[in-house]
Amino acid sequence: MLRRLLVFIPLLIFFVMGIFLWRGLQLDPAELPSALIGKPVPSFSLSSVYDENRLLSEQELKGKPALLNVWATWCPTCKQEHEQLNRIAQEEGVTIYGINYKDDRAKAQDWLTRYEDPYALNIYDDKGSLGLDLGVYGAPETYILDKDGIVRYRHVGEVNEKVWGKLRTLMQDLDGSGS
Amino acid sequence: MRQLLIMLLLWLPLSAQAAIDSFEFRDDEARERFQHLTAELRCPKCQNQNIADSNSPIAQDLRTEIHRMVQQGDSDQDIIDFMVARYGEFVLYRPRVTAQTLALWYGPFVLLAIGAVVVLVMTRRRKRAGSSDGAGNGPADVLDPSQGLSAAERHRLDELLKQDKK
Repeated sequence: MLRRLLVFIPLLIFFVMGIFLWRGLQLDPAELPSALIGKPVPSFSLSSVYDENRLLSEQELKGKPALLNVWATWCPTCKQEHEQLNRIAQEEGVTIYGINYKDDRAKAQDWLTRYEDPYALNIYDDKGSLGLDLGVYGAPETYILDKDGIVRYRHVGEVNEKVWGKLRTLMQDLDGSGS
Repeated sequence: MRQLLIMLLLWLPLSAQAAIDSFEFRDDEARERFQHLTAELRCPKCQNQNIADSNSPIAQDLRTEIHRMVQQGDSDQDIIDFMVARYGEFVLYRPRVTAQTLALWYGPFVLLAIGAVVVLVMTRRRKRAGSSDGAGNGPADVLDPSQGLSAAERHRLDELLKQDKK
Protein backbone atom coordinates (compact mmCIF):
# COMPACT_ATOMS: atom_id res chain seq x y z
CA MET A 1 0.00 0.00 0.00
CA LEU A 2 2.70 2.43 1.08
CA ARG A 3 4.79 1.42 -1.91
CA ARG A 4 1.95 2.20 -4.23
CA LEU A 5 1.67 5.70 -2.78
CA LEU A 6 5.41 6.21 -3.13
CA VAL A 7 5.00 5.91 -6.89
CA PHE A 8 3.13 9.20 -6.85
CA ILE A 9 5.93 11.16 -5.20
CA PRO A 10 7.61 12.24 -8.47
CA LEU A 11 4.24 13.42 -9.78
CA LEU A 12 3.69 15.40 -6.59
CA ILE A 13 7.16 16.96 -6.84
CA PHE A 14 6.41 17.83 -10.45
CA PHE A 15 3.24 19.66 -9.51
CA VAL A 16 4.77 21.54 -6.61
CA MET A 17 7.67 22.70 -8.78
CA GLY A 18 5.28 23.51 -11.58
CA ILE A 19 3.25 25.80 -9.34
CA PHE A 20 6.36 27.60 -8.09
CA LEU A 21 7.82 28.04 -11.56
CA TRP A 22 4.49 29.18 -12.95
CA ARG A 23 4.27 31.83 -10.29
CA GLY A 24 7.86 32.79 -10.98
CA LEU A 25 6.97 33.46 -14.61
CA GLN A 26 4.50 36.15 -13.67
CA LEU A 27 6.75 37.96 -11.22
CA ASP A 28 8.74 40.89 -12.49
CA PRO A 29 12.19 40.63 -10.92
CA ALA A 30 12.93 44.23 -11.90
CA GLU A 31 10.20 45.43 -9.55
CA LEU A 32 11.82 46.00 -6.19
CA PRO A 33 9.95 47.12 -3.12
CA SER A 34 11.48 50.29 -1.79
CA ALA A 35 13.53 49.95 1.38
CA LEU A 36 11.91 53.18 2.52
CA ILE A 37 8.30 52.00 2.75
CA GLY A 38 6.92 53.22 6.07
CA LYS A 39 9.83 55.60 6.55
CA PRO A 40 9.88 59.36 6.06
CA VAL A 41 11.36 60.95 2.96
CA PRO A 42 15.09 61.42 3.68
CA SER A 43 15.98 64.92 4.71
CA PHE A 44 17.43 67.12 2.01
CA SER A 45 18.09 70.73 1.18
CA LEU A 46 18.07 71.32 -2.55
CA SER A 47 17.16 74.23 -4.74
CA SER A 48 14.07 74.56 -6.89
CA VAL A 49 14.44 73.87 -10.60
CA TYR A 50 13.16 77.37 -11.29
CA ASP A 51 15.22 79.30 -8.76
CA GLU A 52 18.62 78.32 -7.39
CA ASN A 53 18.14 80.54 -4.36
CA ARG A 54 14.89 78.94 -3.28
CA LEU A 55 15.83 76.00 -1.04
CA LEU A 56 13.37 73.15 -0.60
CA SER A 57 13.36 70.55 2.16
CA GLU A 58 11.43 67.42 3.08
CA GLN A 59 9.21 69.56 5.33
CA GLU A 60 7.52 71.06 2.30
CA LEU A 61 6.34 67.66 1.06
CA LYS A 62 4.09 67.21 4.09
CA GLY A 63 0.47 68.26 4.42
CA LYS A 64 -1.49 65.95 2.19
CA PRO A 65 -1.06 62.65 0.36
CA ALA A 66 0.95 63.26 -2.79
CA LEU A 67 2.96 61.65 -5.53
CA LEU A 68 6.70 62.14 -5.68
CA ASN A 69 7.92 61.68 -9.23
CA VAL A 70 11.57 61.25 -10.18
CA TRP A 71 12.19 62.48 -13.70
CA ALA A 72 14.84 63.80 -16.08
CA THR A 73 14.99 65.21 -19.56
CA TRP A 74 17.39 62.42 -20.63
CA CYS A 75 14.81 59.78 -19.76
CA PRO A 76 12.51 58.76 -22.63
CA THR A 77 9.98 57.02 -20.41
CA CYS A 78 9.59 60.24 -18.43
CA LYS A 79 8.51 61.93 -21.62
CA GLN A 80 5.99 59.14 -22.21
CA GLU A 81 4.37 59.48 -18.83
CA HIS A 82 4.50 63.26 -18.71
CA GLU A 83 1.14 63.76 -20.38
CA GLN A 84 -0.48 61.35 -17.95
CA LEU A 85 1.03 63.30 -15.02
CA ASN A 86 -0.29 66.55 -16.47
CA ARG A 87 -3.75 65.04 -16.69
CA ILE A 88 -3.63 63.64 -13.14
CA ALA A 89 -2.55 67.01 -11.74
CA GLN A 90 -4.94 69.15 -13.74
CA GLU A 91 -8.09 67.05 -13.95
CA GLU A 92 -7.91 65.02 -10.77
CA GLY A 93 -6.24 67.67 -8.64
CA VAL A 94 -3.55 65.35 -7.30
CA THR A 95 -0.48 66.97 -5.77
CA ILE A 96 2.65 65.82 -7.55
CA TYR A 97 6.13 66.78 -6.42
CA GLY A 98 8.94 66.41 -8.91
CA ILE A 99 12.55 65.48 -8.40
CA ASN A 100 14.62 66.50 -11.39
CA TYR A 101 17.24 63.76 -11.21
CA LYS A 102 20.81 64.25 -12.47
CA ASP A 103 19.77 66.75 -15.04
CA ASP A 104 20.60 70.19 -16.35
CA ARG A 105 18.69 73.15 -14.96
CA ALA A 106 18.24 74.94 -18.28
CA LYS A 107 17.08 71.78 -20.07
CA ALA A 108 14.67 70.99 -17.26
CA GLN A 109 13.15 74.48 -17.34
CA ASP A 110 12.85 74.28 -21.10
CA TRP A 111 11.09 70.91 -20.87
CA LEU A 112 8.63 72.20 -18.28
CA THR A 113 7.65 75.20 -20.37
CA ARG A 114 7.33 73.11 -23.50
CA TYR A 115 5.38 70.15 -22.10
CA GLU A 116 3.65 71.91 -19.18
CA ASP A 117 4.50 71.51 -15.53
CA PRO A 118 2.38 69.10 -13.47
CA TYR A 119 4.56 69.52 -10.38
CA ALA A 120 3.58 71.51 -7.31
CA LEU A 121 7.24 71.73 -6.36
CA ASN A 122 10.25 70.87 -8.45
CA ILE A 123 13.35 69.73 -6.62
CA TYR A 124 16.61 70.13 -8.52
CA ASP A 125 18.79 67.11 -7.69
CA ASP A 126 21.60 67.40 -10.22
CA LYS A 127 24.08 65.33 -8.19
CA GLY A 128 21.53 62.60 -7.56
CA SER A 129 22.09 62.85 -3.79
CA LEU A 130 18.40 62.77 -2.88
CA GLY A 131 17.97 60.03 -5.49
CA LEU A 132 20.65 57.99 -3.74
CA ASP A 133 19.02 58.47 -0.34
CA LEU A 134 15.67 57.44 -1.80
CA GLY A 135 17.16 54.35 -3.39
CA VAL A 136 16.34 55.48 -6.92
CA TYR A 137 17.90 53.17 -9.48
CA GLY A 138 16.39 54.43 -12.68
CA ALA A 139 14.05 57.22 -13.68
CA PRO A 140 11.12 57.42 -13.78
CA GLU A 141 10.12 56.33 -10.31
CA THR A 142 6.97 57.41 -8.52
CA TYR A 143 6.43 57.32 -4.77
CA ILE A 144 3.23 57.74 -2.82
CA LEU A 145 3.67 59.93 0.25
CA ASP A 146 1.08 60.26 2.99
CA LYS A 147 0.26 63.57 4.63
CA ASP A 148 3.13 63.18 7.11
CA GLY A 149 5.66 62.70 4.34
CA ILE A 150 5.98 58.95 4.95
CA VAL A 151 6.75 56.82 1.89
CA ARG A 152 3.89 54.37 1.32
CA TYR A 153 4.56 52.89 -2.06
CA ARG A 154 7.01 53.00 -4.91
CA HIS A 155 6.43 52.33 -8.57
CA VAL A 156 9.39 51.96 -10.94
CA GLY A 157 8.71 52.73 -14.57
CA GLU A 158 6.04 54.56 -16.48
CA VAL A 159 2.84 55.69 -14.78
CA ASN A 160 0.33 54.68 -17.42
CA GLU A 161 -3.44 54.45 -17.12
CA LYS A 162 -3.33 51.01 -15.51
CA VAL A 163 -0.61 51.90 -13.00
CA TRP A 164 -2.36 55.15 -12.13
CA GLY A 165 -5.54 53.19 -11.40
CA LYS A 166 -3.64 51.21 -8.81
CA LEU A 167 -1.88 54.27 -7.37
CA ARG A 168 -5.18 56.13 -7.13
CA THR A 169 -6.78 53.36 -5.08
CA LEU A 170 -3.76 53.34 -2.76
CA MET A 171 -3.96 57.12 -2.36
CA GLN A 172 -7.68 57.03 -1.67
CA ASP A 173 -7.08 54.41 1.04
CA LEU A 174 -4.54 56.79 2.58
CA ASP A 175 -7.00 59.64 2.48
CA GLY A 176 -9.63 57.56 4.23
CA SER A 177 -7.51 56.04 6.99
CA GLY A 178 -4.81 58.68 7.31
CA SER A 179 -7.02 61.41 8.68
CA MET B 1 48.54 64.61 -43.46
CA ARG B 2 49.70 66.55 -40.45
CA GLN B 3 46.20 67.68 -39.75
CA LEU B 4 44.96 64.12 -39.89
CA LEU B 5 47.64 63.08 -37.43
CA ILE B 6 46.67 65.83 -35.02
CA MET B 7 43.06 64.82 -35.33
CA LEU B 8 43.94 61.22 -34.49
CA LEU B 9 46.04 62.30 -31.53
CA LEU B 10 43.13 64.33 -30.24
CA TRP B 11 41.00 61.20 -30.12
CA LEU B 12 43.51 59.22 -28.06
CA PRO B 13 42.96 60.65 -24.59
CA LEU B 14 39.20 60.59 -25.05
CA SER B 15 39.02 56.86 -25.64
CA ALA B 16 41.38 56.18 -22.76
CA GLN B 17 39.21 58.13 -20.34
CA ALA B 18 35.99 56.43 -21.30
CA ALA B 19 37.17 52.93 -20.48
CA ILE B 20 38.49 53.45 -16.97
CA ASP B 21 36.89 54.95 -14.00
CA SER B 22 39.90 55.51 -11.88
CA PHE B 23 39.84 55.70 -8.15
CA GLU B 24 42.74 56.58 -5.98
CA PHE B 25 43.08 54.93 -2.63
CA ARG B 26 44.99 56.01 0.41
CA ASP B 27 46.47 52.53 0.87
CA ASP B 28 46.25 48.95 -0.40
CA GLU B 29 43.92 47.93 2.37
CA ALA B 30 41.38 50.52 1.26
CA ARG B 31 41.69 49.33 -2.32
CA GLU B 32 41.07 45.73 -1.26
CA ARG B 33 38.06 46.68 0.80
CA PHE B 34 36.64 48.64 -2.11
CA GLN B 35 37.11 45.71 -4.49
CA HIS B 36 35.63 43.29 -1.99
CA LEU B 37 32.58 45.48 -1.29
CA THR B 38 31.79 46.27 -4.91
CA ALA B 39 32.01 42.56 -5.72
CA GLU B 40 29.62 41.62 -2.91
CA LEU B 41 26.98 44.24 -3.57
CA ARG B 42 24.45 43.76 -6.31
CA CYS B 43 23.55 46.43 -8.83
CA PRO B 44 19.86 47.35 -8.37
CA LYS B 45 19.43 48.10 -12.07
CA CYS B 46 21.10 45.20 -13.84
CA GLN B 47 20.37 42.56 -11.34
CA ASN B 48 22.73 39.85 -12.47
CA GLN B 49 25.80 41.97 -12.06
CA ASN B 50 27.57 43.29 -9.04
CA ILE B 51 28.45 46.93 -8.63
CA ALA B 52 32.03 46.34 -9.73
CA ASP B 53 31.02 44.83 -13.09
CA SER B 54 28.06 46.90 -14.09
CA ASN B 55 28.34 49.90 -16.34
CA SER B 56 24.91 51.31 -15.55
CA PRO B 57 24.90 54.90 -14.24
CA ILE B 58 23.53 53.82 -10.88
CA ALA B 59 26.40 51.34 -10.42
CA GLN B 60 28.87 54.12 -11.24
CA ASP B 61 27.22 56.33 -8.63
CA LEU B 62 27.36 53.57 -6.07
CA ARG B 63 31.02 52.89 -6.83
CA THR B 64 31.76 56.56 -6.28
CA GLU B 65 29.79 56.50 -3.04
CA ILE B 66 31.52 53.37 -1.75
CA HIS B 67 34.89 54.84 -2.70
CA ARG B 68 34.06 57.99 -0.78
CA MET B 69 33.03 56.02 2.29
CA VAL B 70 36.08 53.75 2.16
CA GLN B 71 38.37 56.78 1.89
CA GLN B 72 36.54 58.37 4.77
CA GLY B 73 37.36 55.32 6.89
CA ASP B 74 33.86 53.91 7.32
CA SER B 75 33.74 50.23 8.29
CA ASP B 76 32.47 47.54 5.91
CA GLN B 77 29.40 47.14 8.07
CA ASP B 78 28.65 50.88 7.86
CA ILE B 79 28.83 50.77 4.08
CA ILE B 80 26.66 47.67 3.82
CA ASP B 81 24.10 49.20 6.20
CA PHE B 82 24.13 52.37 4.12
CA MET B 83 23.31 50.40 0.97
CA VAL B 84 20.66 48.22 2.60
CA ALA B 85 18.93 51.28 4.08
CA ARG B 86 18.49 52.64 0.56
CA TYR B 87 18.13 49.64 -1.71
CA GLY B 88 16.96 46.94 0.69
CA GLU B 89 18.33 43.48 1.50
CA PHE B 90 18.18 42.83 -2.19
CA VAL B 91 21.61 44.38 -2.80
CA LEU B 92 23.35 41.76 -0.69
CA TYR B 93 24.69 38.88 -2.74
CA ARG B 94 25.34 37.19 0.58
CA PRO B 95 22.02 37.58 2.40
CA ARG B 96 21.94 37.99 6.14
CA VAL B 97 20.80 35.09 8.31
CA THR B 98 17.29 36.09 9.39
CA ALA B 99 14.04 34.22 9.93
CA GLN B 100 13.22 34.81 6.26
CA THR B 101 16.51 33.53 4.89
CA LEU B 102 16.90 30.53 7.21
CA ALA B 103 15.52 28.16 4.56
CA LEU B 104 17.93 29.62 2.04
CA TRP B 105 20.97 29.14 4.27
CA TYR B 106 20.16 25.81 5.87
CA GLY B 107 17.63 24.27 3.46
CA PRO B 108 20.29 22.40 1.45
CA PHE B 109 21.72 20.82 4.60
CA VAL B 110 18.24 19.73 5.68
CA LEU B 111 17.66 18.17 2.25
CA LEU B 112 21.03 16.44 2.47
CA ALA B 113 20.10 15.03 5.88
CA ILE B 114 16.72 13.83 4.58
CA GLY B 115 18.49 12.14 1.66
CA ALA B 116 20.95 10.44 4.00
CA VAL B 117 18.11 9.19 6.23
CA VAL B 118 16.21 7.82 3.22
CA VAL B 119 19.28 5.98 1.94
CA LEU B 120 19.97 4.61 5.41
CA VAL B 121 16.40 3.40 5.90
CA MET B 122 16.32 1.79 2.47
CA THR B 123 19.58 -0.12 2.91
CA ARG B 124 18.49 -1.27 6.37
CA ARG B 125 15.18 -2.46 5.06
CA ARG B 126 16.85 -4.44 2.29
CA LYS B 127 19.30 -5.97 4.71
CA ARG B 128 16.49 -7.02 6.99
CA ALA B 129 14.46 -8.48 4.13
CA GLY B 130 17.55 -10.44 3.05
CA SER B 131 18.40 -11.84 6.48
CA SER B 132 14.83 -12.85 7.41
CA ASP B 133 14.84 -15.30 4.50
CA GLY B 134 17.82 -17.03 5.98
CA ALA B 135 20.13 -16.23 3.11
CA GLY B 136 23.41 -14.34 3.51
CA ASN B 137 23.29 -11.04 5.35
CA GLY B 138 26.24 -9.08 4.00
CA PRO B 139 25.82 -6.19 1.57
CA ALA B 140 26.64 -8.68 -1.22
CA ASP B 141 23.16 -10.22 -1.11
CA VAL B 142 21.75 -7.00 -2.44
CA LEU B 143 23.82 -7.41 -5.58
CA ASP B 144 22.71 -10.99 -6.22
CA PRO B 145 18.94 -11.19 -6.11
CA SER B 146 18.81 -15.01 -6.28
CA GLN B 147 20.48 -15.21 -2.85
CA GLY B 148 17.40 -13.71 -1.24
CA LEU B 149 15.15 -16.53 -2.46
CA SER B 150 13.97 -19.41 -0.34
CA ALA B 151 14.31 -22.99 -1.60
CA ALA B 152 10.68 -23.11 -2.78
CA GLU B 153 11.00 -19.80 -4.61
CA ARG B 154 14.18 -20.89 -6.32
CA HIS B 155 12.48 -24.05 -7.44
CA ARG B 156 9.66 -22.01 -8.94
CA LEU B 157 12.07 -19.67 -10.65
CA ASP B 158 13.82 -22.66 -12.25
CA GLU B 159 10.49 -23.95 -13.49
CA LEU B 160 9.66 -20.60 -15.05
CA LEU B 161 13.04 -20.33 -16.74
CA LYS B 162 12.63 -23.84 -18.16
CA GLN B 163 9.30 -22.84 -19.60
CA ASP B 164 11.01 -19.98 -21.39
CA LYS B 165 13.49 -22.31 -23.10
CA LYS B 166 10.83 -24.43 -24.79
